[in-house]
Amino acid sequence: MTDESENPEMETHVQPSSLAGIASAAEGKKTPGSSALGVGLEARNIHAWFGDKLALRDVSLDFWAGTVTALIGPSGCGKSTFIRTLNRMHEFIPTAAMAGEVLLNGTDIYAPGVDVTQIRLKVGMVFQKPNPFPSMTIAENVLAGLKLANLKVENKDDLLQECLERAGLWNEVKDRLNAHGGSLSGGQQQRLCIARSLAVRPQVLLMDEPCSALDPGSTLKVEETISHLSSSMTIIIVTHNMQQAARVSDYTAFFLSDGGPGELVEVGHTNEIFSRPKDSRTENYVTGRFG
Amino acid sequence: MSTVTIPKPQKPWKATPRQRIETGSILLISVLLAVLLVAVSPLKGKLGYVGAFVVIYLIIDYVVVRLNHGKSAGVDAFFRGLVTMAIGVAVLPIISILVSVVVRGYKGLHLSLFTTDMQNAAFTDENLAAGGLKHAIIGSILIVATALVISLPIGILTAIYMTEIRGKFARPIKFLVQSMSGVPSIVAGLFILAAIVYPLTKFYSSFEGSLALAILMIPTIARTAEEVLLLIPQDLRESGVALGGTQWRTVQQIVLPAARSGLVTALILGVARVAGETAPVVLLTGGGDGTQWNIFKGPMGTLPTYIWKAFGSGTEASIARAWTGILVLLVIVLFLFGLARFLGGRKVK
Repeated sequence: MTDESENPEMETHVQPSSLAGIASAAEGKKTPGSSALGVGLEARNIHAWFGDKLALRDVSLDFWAGTVTALIGPSGCGKSTFIRTLNRMHEFIPTAAMAGEVLLNGTDIYAPGVDVTQIRLKVGMVFQKPNPFPSMTIAENVLAGLKLANLKVENKDDLLQECLERAGLWNEVKDRLNAHGGSLSGGQQQRLCIARSLAVRPQVLLMDEPCSALDPGSTLKVEETISHLSSSMTIIIVTHNMQQAARVSDYTAFFLSDGGPGELVEVGHTNEIFSRPKDSRTENYVTGRFG
Repeated sequence: MSTVTIPKPQKPWKATPRQRIETGSILLISVLLAVLLVAVSPLKGKLGYVGAFVVIYLIIDYVVVRLNHGKSAGVDAFFRGLVTMAIGVAVLPIISILVSVVVRGYKGLHLSLFTTDMQNAAFTDENLAAGGLKHAIIGSILIVATALVISLPIGILTAIYMTEIRGKFARPIKFLVQSMSGVPSIVAGLFILAAIVYPLTKFYSSFEGSLALAILMIPTIARTAEEVLLLIPQDLRESGVALGGTQWRTVQQIVLPAARSGLVTALILGVARVAGETAPVVLLTGGGDGTQWNIFKGPMGTLPTYIWKAFGSGTEASIARAWTGILVLLVIVLFLFGLARFLGGRKVK
């Protein structure tokens, strides 16, 4: 994998086992399997359609527990579609269809009989726009997942504090937990949404451009939150901000569409993708010469 | 450190005295010209004055603004004028109705109105203090409340089917609901008469009236609720589902609470649709004169049937009673709407 001349097919798409090779080549970085959190999430040959239109072609990617993977690429290249297949939110769109497997701890989440609500509890999601539930207070927002999924916890106050602390919001809101979620600033709202996803204790957190609606200061706070969280869970973040990808992620995957369906062009350690990309299209994109 | 003297807050965009004089004179000239026009033309009456004034004002305003500020400013002024006039046209009849009702209805107001019914009194009794509205107020509230209890859940569930579940039948149901909102009330009354009263109960009761009113209310509530639910951002639903909620729990805990004040509007519009309905109520409840607390038994009068009967009696005293009935109906309806707004608008603690 380190020798690109031996891998001409790398240019079209990456084989499922690609990450293992990359990791062994880069000593000192977080290595797949080094943590005790499990094997994480494996996407195998994912295709996705909207109606008759193929939006995503043959994407295989492994996400190792305890790492942050950034998905980059221009708009319309299927990044968001891809992460929505990872927690079965893709099927929320009426015309959607998909093919392929997503293995969570070795089990296909699309297998017949799988309880989709259980999958979404294990694979949480943070959306592009901060969207605290408008009828709820800050505390109710954080604990909303428990009510939604009908979960029982021993001590709600402890969980509330823990989630807000992990999301880096506790100090700012601890005195007004009963205020409305909408009374917070945009950046605080987004961290509230992160705290909300943490309350059901997901193993994987999907973030779909979580900072695109935030100012630089709030973005920094969310990124700090991501860094803190990454030690305890698998994080997959879609971002248009390449500096952000470089700052927060261990691995980066570059998606591209040439007008047709989106494809995975290249995946690797973040510093390699940004300093020595193997594919010229990746290089053009990360150096800003995209076109 | 330099000190800055804070200037007094000003509103430089407000009209200057000169501009106000200009606006005022356009208005004045329009009024004068309108009077002149009515005097020399076949236009007659209040309507003639108003019509002439509107047309003349719009023309003068347009011309003056156009000469001073150019074409697009003139068009802007013209449409601003037109919209303002349209509001006047829409609001005038409402004010006129309210004023007439108060002026003609207050004579019949007395305390016994709320403590007695028409069991032992005649609509034609010259003494307006004889008899009262107790039966009609109780009847109206009972019938409308029963209809609401039936139609609110059905209407909101229909809306949920159309917006949340979006099942195969969502489109035909939407079409049906839309056509149902045009059903004349007498048809709803006749339907209940033919489907329930004749074959089943063979007896009048206010519950049957409520059923007919529910037929009228369901489409109104369902359509309004549907529109309100469509306004809830898709993001919120997705967040709920992404947190491991089932669809029903997401609807129940996130979508409906977020739509609460809009759903109260749906309720209000539903009540407004039927509160004044007379025909199906007369048809199905018998429109009684005595106080009736049992919705499953015997005739029950409502405010609209009281008004209908009083007008039908045709004497001066009975017509005065009818106006009082209208006044009371209006006040009760306004009070209930205010209450619903207050309860629905309150923040969840």
